Amino acid sequence: MDILQILSNTGSSLIAPATIGYALAALGLAMHFGFTGLLNMGMAAFMAIGAYGYAISILTFGFPWWGGMLVGVGGSLVFALILGIPTLRLRGDYLAIVTIAAAEVVRLLFLTTTFDKYTGSADGLSGYHESFRAFNPIPDGTYGFGPWEYNANGWWVRIFGIAILALAAFILWAVMRSPWGRVIKGIREDEDAVRALGKNVFSYKLQSLMLGGVFGAMGGIIYALPASVNPGVYVTSLTFFVYTALLLGGAATIFGPIIGSVIFWGVQTLLSNLLPAMVNVGLLPFMTTTQSQTVRFILVGVALMLLVIYRPQGILGNKKELTFVK
Amino acid sequence: MSSNDASAAPVQRAKTTGLHKGDIVPGVAKVDPIIIADGIRRTFGGLTAVNVDHVEIPRNAITALIGPNGAGKTTLFNLLTGFDKPDEGKWTFDGHSLAGMGAHKVAGLGQVRTFQLTKALGLLTVLENMKLGAKDQIGENIFRAVIPSLWRKQEAEIEERAIVLLKKFKLDAKSSDFAASLSGGQRKLLEMARALMSQPTLVMLDEPMAGVNPALTQSLLDHILDLKEEGMTVLFVEHDMHMVRHIADWVIVMAEGQVVAEGPPDEVMKNQAVIDAYLGSHQDVDLGIVTGRIEGELNTEAIKLAAEVKHLDENIANRKETGK
Ligand SMILES: Nc1ncnc2c1ncn2[C@@H]1O[C@H](COP(=O)(O)OP(=O)(O)O)[C@@H](O)[C@H]1O
Ligand SMILES: [Mg+2]
Repeated sequence: MDILQILSNTGSSLIAPATIGYALAALGLAMHFGFTGLLNMGMAAFMAIGAYGYAISILTFGFPWWGGMLVGVGGSLVFALILGIPTLRLRGDYLAIVTIAAAEVVRLLFLTTTFDKYTGSADGLSGYHESFRAFNPIPDGTYGFGPWEYNANGWWVRIFGIAILALAAFILWAVMRSPWGRVIKGIREDEDAVRALGKNVFSYKLQSLMLGGVFGAMGGIIYALPASVNPGVYVTSLTFFVYTALLLGGAATIFGPIIGSVIFWGVQTLLSNLLPAMVNVGLLPFMTTTQSQTVRFILVGVALMLLVIYRPQGILGNKKELTFVK
Repeated sequence: MSSNDASAAPVQRAKTTGLHKGDIVPGVAKVDPIIIADGIRRTFGGLTAVNVDHVEIPRNAITALIGPNGAGKTTLFNLLTGFDKPDEGKWTFDGHSLAGMGAHKVAGLGQVRTFQLTKALGLLTVLENMKLGAKDQIGENIFRAVIPSLWRKQEAEIEERAIVLLKKFKLDAKSSDFAASLSGGQRKLLEMARALMSQPTLVMLDEPMAGVNPALTQSLLDHILDLKEEGMTVLFVEHDMHMVRHIADWVIVMAEGQVVAEGPPDEVMKNQAVIDAYLGSHQDVDLGIVTGRIEGELNTEAIKLAAEVKHLDENIANRKETGK
């Protein structure tokens, strides 16, 4: 068992583009669920729209990388409007059902062979890196130390992703400490009370859905930035994983979603390396290496349940400011 | 003159009189109405919850809306404030037609309400609850929200106003606590204070006294009387006839969705229709048991009803002595 390799992979996952992508999506869910109380179960669709919007506009329409990102973000705004206008009048649990269904519709639209020319259907999309890499200011070479040794492109993706994440966290912090954020938190507590005070609750919920949706789309883009757009990623369990990261860190916090994503990916990577290694040296005689990969996801489910039951406020949340009581 | 000391004897303030025009009948026209409602009907399936032909609420007076449970008082509140839509009917507030208008717009015009089931925003602090009540906040626009220099000054003014009101409602010591930590009565006070932050012209209170401990009741009554002195109009739902007598200038009685009587409190208490309103909707309960003539088992609703009847009886018997 190569302990050093296992630790190195785990360390590397802490700043992986996938981790940053999750953190952005979790910030979006913090906006939706943690602060506004909107049980959006369709975050995977916002991420898919970001990623596909980025890749398709580059591959099919020859956009530069930043144009592709604008298309991805614009697409998520349009999706938020289409999703929000009919559904935001619904009460919490109905919203969850409708968003889950809408996310499946989006995923199947990207998966169907009808649009194969644009979406690559089941194969997904790749080979859109040229424009983004051409903008890389870092000279060629390998940098870093220990587990964090990457080439210029590897660093460019990570630095860009972290910068976007920092910007998103700043925006979320800035709006949530303002009177706008006060209205949003009021809506989470009791939207009728806020309406009785003369606030247009529907408009605020739509704004929240759009802002969080943009974070989700950027998360999808960063996730797909170094490699490919794979339709198998944007399934409903992606939304559940992002929720796990969010609840781990604290749903109604700014840094919770980020720390939660880092821990989520750290533990996932550790288990995905450690469990097969333990099977191979005979420490887990009752399972095969393939089974051990499934066990990993079972553990995620168990962790989510334990979290919601025993520490609903997450790692960073205020014990008094729970979001599940009531 | 107002008394802030909860233990002091109630101070009777001058009632506003001469509010109506012509004979007092249900739906009588008012000299200066703030709300005029016509033909408002709301049904839930086969049940007609509200069926009001015509009613007017007098301006700058305290109007009590009374009636047995299920009379349609809360439903009428919901309709007037845009929280519910009637099957038919139209009404105006301060000359604006409100039919079909959303709740937040109604509130924006200066007609704010509180709820029978208190809606304190539990995970906001008491001070945040208050600040949320203020209207036309610059920082409530998402783009301006990110630039604090645009809204800091207004925020400070709002906070100042909130603190003055919190002091008045004796909640200032709690201002940084979560509203969830308040007692039921304190939440009622907070909800009312929060509504006042929007500087309304009409305040509609749905059972403001329910669950408020007796020590707080007197100060709550004083706050309501103060509202009138400050030029506001108050419409409130209340079951306790003592309170109604004490502060209301006008009483409207509802039963089974309709306005069955209205008038100044003393007159209304004498009205046979009022007594019928309280008893008539409970035909399933043996009145003999309610009034204590016959021995028998009372369910909880009947016990409440019996208390109401007792109140009414006392009021009618003592109407010469009380309120002097
Ligand atoms: N949302 C609703 N759905 C069905 N029936 C309702 C609803 N709201 C109120 N009602 C019915 O309408 C009647 C009037 O209720 P309400 O206005 O709450 O009475 P009050 O406030 O005078 O006690 C009651 O019979 C009640 O059961
Ligand atoms: Mg009621």
